[in-house]
Amino acid sequence: MDLLEYQGKQLFAKHGIAVPSGEVADTVDEAVAAAEKIGYPCAIKAQVLIGGRGKAGGIKIAKDAGEAREYADAIVGMDIVGPHGEGPFRVDQVWIEGGSDIAEEYYASVILDRGEKKLLAMVSAKGGMDIEAVAAEDPDALVKRHIDPTREFTVADARAIVADAGLAEDALDAAAEVLVKLATVAAEEDANLIEVNPLIVTADRDVVALDAKVTIDGNALFRHQELAEIADTVDDPQEQMAKEKGLTYVKLDGNVGILANGAGLCMSTLDVVAQAGGAPANFLDAGGGSKAEAIVNALEVIKSDAKVTAILFNIFGGITRCDEIAKGIVTASGQIDLGVPLVVRLDGTNSEEGLRILAEADLPNLHQEKTMLDAARRVVELAGGAS
Amino acid sequence: MSIIVGGETKLAVSGLTGREGSFHGLRNKAYGTDLVAGVTPGKGGQDVEGVPVFDTIAEAVTEAGANTSMIFVPARFAAPAIDEAIESGVETVIAITEGIPVLDMLKTYWKAKEAGVRLIGPNCPGVLSPGKANVGIIPAQFFDPGPIGVVSKSGTLTYQIGNELKQAGTGNSSIVGIGGDPIVGSDFIDILKLYEADPETEMIVMVGEIGGDAEERAAEFIAAEVSKPVVAYIAGFTAPPGKQMGHAGAIISGSSGTAAAKKEALEAKGVRVGESPTETAAIAVEVLRGL
Repeated sequence: MDLLEYQGKQLFAKHGIAVPSGEVADTVDEAVAAAEKIGYPCAIKAQVLIGGRGKAGGIKIAKDAGEAREYADAIVGMDIVGPHGEGPFRVDQVWIEGGSDIAEEYYASVILDRGEKKLLAMVSAKGGMDIEAVAAEDPDALVKRHIDPTREFTVADARAIVADAGLAEDALDAAAEVLVKLATVAAEEDANLIEVNPLIVTADRDVVALDAKVTIDGNALFRHQELAEIADTVDDPQEQMAKEKGLTYVKLDGNVGILANGAGLCMSTLDVVAQAGGAPANFLDAGGGSKAEAIVNALEVIKSDAKVTAILFNIFGGITRCDEIAKGIVTASGQIDLGVPLVVRLDGTNSEEGLRILAEADLPNLHQEKTMLDAARRVVELAGGAS
Repeated sequence: MSIIVGGETKLAVSGLTGREGSFHGLRNKAYGTDLVAGVTPGKGGQDVEGVPVFDTIAEAVTEAGANTSMIFVPARFAAPAIDEAIESGVETVIAITEGIPVLDMLKTYWKAKEAGVRLIGPNCPGVLSPGKANVGIIPAQFFDPGPIGVVSKSGTLTYQIGNELKQAGTGNSSIVGIGGDPIVGSDFIDILKLYEADPETEMIVMVGEIGGDAEERAAEFIAAEVSKPVVAYIAGFTAPPGKQMGHAGAIISGSSGTAAAKKEALEAKGVRVGESPTETAAIAVEVLRGL
């Protein structure tokens, strides 16, 4: 689960990392009121879960109330597209914070290195820009050190890293302390990624986190009540509905609704549909041992996406029994009007029984295919052109 | 031979008294796995259909001779249960549980390393050695004994490929589900090493997916250390960045962890990568017939 900048900063503040004080606003009027309270100059920052906000016009510095209104008006409600084409992300909230007097801009992060099975601390004196570009251009400018999982990460360890990164001599102690605190946030808040870009040194030589990118481990939310509440707010209506029904669902852009059992098979189904020339509308893993009720729920979620013009069920029954899936499809078609063609491929445990149930029910607009590839071709054909 | 589980496996199941644990534990027993014990704190002295239950895994080791532990404990209690298994004296721990916090696993990973215990999973379907033993939730009916070793991050996708291999008249030495979490006890490389040394395994099918760099690391390892042919499949070409695709570990971060990069890394080292599960099985059969 990714946190918005201001949520990340609140987490930093809780652990004693200096951040500019500010307020969050949902409307232009609230933003202007916040700016008046904080004083000028102040930064008005779009709160979206994607990088490259500055380039997209989502961060502006206001010098007076007139500018605050002008910028807030432009930013609230704007759509921001990520550097890799992600999104667009609609700006529902802005964060207003006091302007900072920046002397130096650094980069600091603590991330989970999956390959090495350790946390990795990274620091660079070249902050404030795309760190991947910095690392590609000048690898030595980004100092990377693994944190030993068997002992405490000390200020002395951190100081060696920030010194190697070439940070200003008089900022080393404060920067080292920030790095230790970032590692503490990772450990205590179950954060798998914490990135501060830029980490600034002010004219008064204070070290302050001017941005915050934090990813919390969704599996650990049971021990973080406040973060779990943030996770409960999902913007997309289909994703919200799926969450309430306990389904693993990811909304995509296409028109072919997809349900499969198992995350790997579901990803593979998306790929095969795309290879057949179709555009998947979603990822939906019905999970192991899916029962009839789960199928009804899944169809409701898929169907609630108005873009969907055909649906593919790709089931390879292991623990999941194909007769249960077939019963679920029959039950669901009695409860909801699908209105779009449904292609079903059932293989594996009890598939013969499942196929018999579907044949007997003789549902209109239901098409059976024997293999995953034939099913993908069929659903793409029935879905028509990409939406 | 076969790897990780086989005729010598003596299994203790943590969570055998639970619904899932008893269902799958007893299925494993019915397949022929030597299920020697169940473990549930506070339920020592009871039995599940004749299988004795102990309070601790250590007791299952000393009293019943267990050498392999399977963890079927709910996520928030699972890491301590794995730690207990690591310290109990078993050689192998297979963790099926999904949803364990990643930083808990990070600590547990290093405990297993230090103790010299082989940890498979978590969030995995387990290990099946067809005709010998099944530890986990893999439906054994889709797999026959044979010369192909399979290692995979995914469950159902593996059943799909295994079933196609069976229909083509071949089978498997073992099927190892390494799990779909960001931190797993054994990576592709650990299992490739075992298959390379296993005389019954003539070739290997590797099933990966988006997220992390385990496939890229495996590609390097295959080029340097694996003499047997490897065929691969990667799922998630259509996955958008930043979205978790079912598995906790299946996520593209920025521009890293993409299916395209993994395919490219494998192909650069001479590993053939199938476009679909069906094509992957077909390539495997073709490679096998050419051996």
